[in-house]
Amino acid sequence: MTEAKTAEQTATNGGPELDGFSRDQLLHVLREMLLYRRFEEKAEEGYAIGKIGGFCHLHIGQEATAAGCILPLRKDDYVITAYRDHTQAMAKGIPADAVMAELYGKATGSSGGMGGSMHIFGADVGFMGGHGIVGGQTGLALGMAWAIHYRGGDQVCMCFMGDAAVNQGGFHESMNMAAVWDLPVIYVVENNSYGMGTKFDRVSDTDMVTKAASHGVLASVVDGQDVIATLKAFDKIVTGVRAGEGPHFVDLQCYRFKGHSMSDPVAGTYRSKQEVDDRTENADPIKILRDRLFAAELLNQDELEAMDAEVRGVVAAADESAGAAPDPDPANLYDHVYSDINPNGRLFFDGRGR
Amino acid sequence: MAELTYREALNQALAEEMARDDSVFLLGEEVAEYDGAYKVSKGLLDQFGDKRVVDTPISELGFTGLGVGAAMVGLRPIVEFMTFNFSILALDQVINSAAKMLHMSNGQIGIPMVFRGPTGAALQLGAQHSQACESWYVHAPGIKLVTPATPSDAKGLLKAAIRDNDPVAVMEGELLYNVKGEVPDDDDFIVPLGVADRKRKGDDVSIITHGRMVHIALQAAGQLAKEGIEADVLDLRSLRPLDVEAILETVSRTHRAVYVEDGFPYVGIGSQIVSILMEEAFDDLDAPVLRVTQADIPMPYNKKLEAWTKPSAGRVVEACKRVLYVD
Repeated sequence: MTEAKTAEQTATNGGPELDGFSRDQLLHVLREMLLYRRFEEKAEEGYAIGKIGGFCHLHIGQEATAAGCILPLRKDDYVITAYRDHTQAMAKGIPADAVMAELYGKATGSSGGMGGSMHIFGADVGFMGGHGIVGGQTGLALGMAWAIHYRGGDQVCMCFMGDAAVNQGGFHESMNMAAVWDLPVIYVVENNSYGMGTKFDRVSDTDMVTKAASHGVLASVVDGQDVIATLKAFDKIVTGVRAGEGPHFVDLQCYRFKGHSMSDPVAGTYRSKQEVDDRTENADPIKILRDRLFAAELLNQDELEAMDAEVRGVVAAADESAGAAPDPDPANLYDHVYSDINPNGRLFFDGRGR
Repeated sequence: MAELTYREALNQALAEEMARDDSVFLLGEEVAEYDGAYKVSKGLLDQFGDKRVVDTPISELGFTGLGVGAAMVGLRPIVEFMTFNFSILALDQVINSAAKMLHMSNGQIGIPMVFRGPTGAALQLGAQHSQACESWYVHAPGIKLVTPATPSDAKGLLKAAIRDNDPVAVMEGELLYNVKGEVPDDDDFIVPLGVADRKRKGDDVSIITHGRMVHIALQAAGQLAKEGIEADVLDLRSLRPLDVEAILETVSRTHRAVYVEDGFPYVGIGSQIVSILMEEAFDDLDAPVLRVTQADIPMPYNKKLEAWTKPSAGRVVEACKRVLYVD
């Protein structure tokens, strides 16, 4: 992960630039998004042939949200998210190998095979988990932001959620408290318009920003398919929250090219194939950045192909090492249910001989 | 040693542990300016300030999430529920977040926090304010649970819970706050989790219990003694971890047991104790183990009906006589 510079800082560097970002920065962002795309395609393939189980929610189409929001953060900032978490984990600094191994349920996975696709964790890089109950992470983010405030630090906590989460009570309780105490938390709604198969306007009579405004929280609407727009917006938002201006809410508008999870069809009763095809063709965040870089002559086709080949290599290596890695040992299954498994008295009641 | 109320003992535990460790803070409804709905946190705001004694909105799910999130990054929150009845709104964060985090993250993220407040029926508060919530908490691996019955245990167990690195629920007896008893004033006095306490010695029948029911069990034991029956009263104090050795020990002497609890019978704490006795003490038993619980109905308001619904010393005496096969 890189320390993204602000537009002002970059502009003084003097090298080739686009919209205030240096060529190196933008190529790094493009590479990240390509890595996420190829990673998720490999996960899709692995799921189809049974190497990955359970629920598996892909981020294909939404790569700019992970790159654009997380790359401007520092390593000691916290990110917490829901279950569509693979690419956000990588953006915060968990290696692709460890994420893929977790999808495979292997001992070398980022959660040792205990979490799976929905529960990627990397506490050492401030990735505080994928969480499975819609909106549950909004309260946890509040607590991490409280801890920053309590200790007088200047980190921020970034909390991702899907659009459906804004109808959960816990989200509103968290927004209210974040506002009351001016906590350094950024609530980012990845608004892909559908909570699973339910279109947002069928279950809400107000837009996102109105909900935030009702709590007195600053709010922004950002184009989450355009990574440059996302980066610029988040540079500013992160800087403001870090400086103590209180919580910020972002309606980050994006689109999911695949089904809600691998168990679901891409299109169907709730959205048309035509809609998905149109967005896939015209709103692909990787194509959008690629075309802008081409137009600015900061990238050519050969360089793009070389970059793609390189990230495909990273993903292939991650897939191979995950496949070869050992399963976790059942002997260790009880090790982390409690922090000390040998207290006074009995902790486990399954009669399995511990 | 000093004579303190149960409430004062809890207050002393909070004050001592907050003074000892800067990462400990208390949050909940009315805990700061109001001094706590049951005055357990009296004076703490003045002593520690509003960053460490935090009044929250009435948002149980939200502020419990705050506690768990703060614990995820190393603080040691104490979340006060005005009563555990209200914590039902927060169970998602208790069960799905606090209890599972360490395991789900493969040991990366622990949750060193305390959930505390009163449990059990009080007096004529009706169905929604009168229930014992122990089973709902102790059911989930990852949570620990203690239920102090005396001022001394209240102080020692709460201090142990605050120092523990796992999520610990401390369920206080709503009717115990004014109970007085001798309490050690040593700053490092703790009652370790997972250690039961024999509150009365006897060899005829074991009354095993926890929380406020310890007092009902002792009343029953007093009545039985008048009839020449000596009951052993074992206060489990900690329901997870559970002092199974102490349970097996008392039953090995008396060969007869009654479990007494404030909660509903179905999948209650007693169900687990009976299961353990079936599996591990079958040959020691001379009679089926009986349970005395709340009646299997929501708590009625009417005073006489409420008394009928709650476990009572009379019902405990009756159950003990049944396992002894005496009239």
